[in-house]
Amino acid sequence: MKRRTFLTAMGGVAAAGAGVGLATPALATTVGVTKTTLKIGNTMPYSGNASSYGPIGRGDSAYWKMVNDQGGVGGRMIEFISYDDAYSPPKTVEMVRKLVEQDQVAFVFHTLGTPSNTAIRKYLNQKKVPQLFIATGADKWGDYKDFKWTMGWQPSYQVEARIYAKYILKNFPNGKIAMIYQNDDFGKDYLTGIKDGLGKAFDKMVIKVVTYETTDATVDSQVVSMKDSGADVLVTAAIPKYAAQVIRKTYDIGWKPHHFMTNVSASVGATITPAGPEKAIGVISSQYLKDPTDPEWKDDAGMNEWRAFMKKYVPNGDLTDGGYVASYGACTTMHQVLKQCGTDFSRENIIKQAANIKKEVVPVLLPGILVDTSPTDYHPIQQMQLAKWSGTTWARFGEILAS
Amino acid sequence: MHPATSRILLIILVAALGVVPIFAASGYTLFQLTLVVSYALSVLGMNMVTGYNGQISLGHGAFYAIGAYTTAIMMDHWDLPYWSTIPVAAVLCAITGFLIGLPALRFSGLYLALTTLALAAAVPQLLKYNAFTDWTGGVQGISVFKPEAPFGLPLNADQWLYLFSFAVALVLFILARNLAVGRIGRAMKAIRDQPLAAEAMGINLAKIKTRTFAVSAVFTGVGGSLAALAVGFVAPDSFNVLLSITLFVGMVVGGAASISGAVFGALFIQFVPNVADQISKAAPGAVYGVILIVFMFVAPAGIAGLVRRFLPTAKAPARSG
Repeated sequence: MKRRTFLTAMGGVAAAGAGVGLATPALATTVGVTKTTLKIGNTMPYSGNASSYGPIGRGDSAYWKMVNDQGGVGGRMIEFISYDDAYSPPKTVEMVRKLVEQDQVAFVFHTLGTPSNTAIRKYLNQKKVPQLFIATGADKWGDYKDFKWTMGWQPSYQVEARIYAKYILKNFPNGKIAMIYQNDDFGKDYLTGIKDGLGKAFDKMVIKVVTYETTDATVDSQVVSMKDSGADVLVTAAIPKYAAQVIRKTYDIGWKPHHFMTNVSASVGATITPAGPEKAIGVISSQYLKDPTDPEWKDDAGMNEWRAFMKKYVPNGDLTDGGYVASYGACTTMHQVLKQCGTDFSRENIIKQAANIKKEVVPVLLPGILVDTSPTDYHPIQQMQLAKWSGTTWARFGEILAS
Repeated sequence: MHPATSRILLIILVAALGVVPIFAASGYTLFQLTLVVSYALSVLGMNMVTGYNGQISLGHGAFYAIGAYTTAIMMDHWDLPYWSTIPVAAVLCAITGFLIGLPALRFSGLYLALTTLALAAAVPQLLKYNAFTDWTGGVQGISVFKPEAPFGLPLNADQWLYLFSFAVALVLFILARNLAVGRIGRAMKAIRDQPLAAEAMGINLAKIKTRTFAVSAVFTGVGGSLAALAVGFVAPDSFNVLLSITLFVGMVVGGAASISGAVFGALFIQFVPNVADQISKAAPGAVYGVILIVFMFVAPAGIAGLVRRFLPTAKAPARSG
């Protein structure tokens, strides 16, 4: 297979450039590409604990079907293979090895989950297979020095935390900050971001830092101790269950800080409703995608494009599920990279183009947020907009902020 | 067929299982087969305690995790060679298994099942627990280097690991068979079928039961150790409750109280979910469930039972097991 595609590539170049460009493709590894097809693979939790993310994978499949209906990319039809990994890292390793060794995909795209992507990162980098625009918010996917073949897509937790920190620095320069974070990678990414964003002011401004474990029953005592510290700004890096507790307890004990909360917990259903919508009034979070339930995007061109896609290719899909929006965004970026590749779909060129996206407009991202990468910047999205909970909805305010 | 002939056939078959894949299978398939070997050991462990001894355990994923983490931590923290981690994992699992076997004496049947299920549910949380994160790496888990073939053998990492796992498993399978056909095996089964009569015959129930638990934990733990080497990564999400249930499914589908059943069960839990995923992306779980029900109808005594019915020559080694 490898040999055949290699020969095909050689033949193509010889025909096109009369042998001039022979040297370049001869050095490159071109796998998963024929004259008419390009193979892409991923894994998704279609079953198991995280199966609520399944729509993201279904959205991905549907997107490439649409691309094929429109004639493909670079003269090639996309063959998209997606396997269930049940959010279990050993299964992810197995399925990704199948994709790479048996199905011989050109690259891996949008695999979901921090543990699952960690499990395959070393393998894919050893094999020099691009692992692109993966669906996780950890900051480590931007490590272009050690893992050149791996890149995330969404704003990382650190990016988000830096945005809050800068906003706090500008608007509450004399604020006293208390912070609660989940004691794991996710929470620590946040702490790092806040430290980076505040810089020298960190030691002066942050007067109380507390943590919780996902095994804790409540975080009530942490909230009380933060109030007692005299802080007037609160940063919460917690998953929905605990974020809801923080909001409720803060309200119940009569503490009214400027409350910044990770967008991991911005879900109305998972956080705000359990906490009590009236108790959450004034909480600030951030967004980068257009919310499909927000009436503001009723006539938006980008969202109309998305809705038309959904209607035709995912007719049974839930139009309020943000997973489909995120999927459409990542696919659009991938599509752009493939267009940039021209007709050279070697792995080297694919990663090169992925690290060379110039201010791309993605229809489902908030206006003003652009996708941008370089060989030394593996964080495609680094802008967000703040939003305040009004009691019924998240109202975005201010301008687009960069980290 | 003469017993001696069938024994020779069995040896040839086992040797072929160990050697042929190394030359015939691709790296990816070998990786899958290595996982089958590790599952087979784990299911065998489960079979010891549940199949032979009648103590229902839904918590064997915990021993699997202990084995896997022992290997990962020893290799990651102390740079110890991979092979040295296996005996340590075995000893640790034996101790844990024995300790868990103690309260198991007071529970029976469904109550024991629930108690062990609680153990399985606790494992991922314990692995994430802050006090242990220096060791366990928390949610981030631990990456493990894949061992290369020693002595300049002309094998790649996948081939070597399969051979290594196969050899470890073979030794343990022979031990398990000898245990099952011997005096202790008969005592285990007697306790399962007629505990009162067994006790009247002079069998020390408490002793046999707790030790069975310990032995069973060793098998499952070594399985976990081998799996950690094959996958090259351990994390709490790899060892959720579903893993314990999966091992249980492997035992029942393969055939309870059967040595060869562990292999069939392992093949089932390794490959059937992939088949289910290929049939339907929308509901792979439902497809898996249907396949499971069909299997239970066609082979109520497990796959090993089915093989026994259609292949009478396999009866001799299978029945003794």
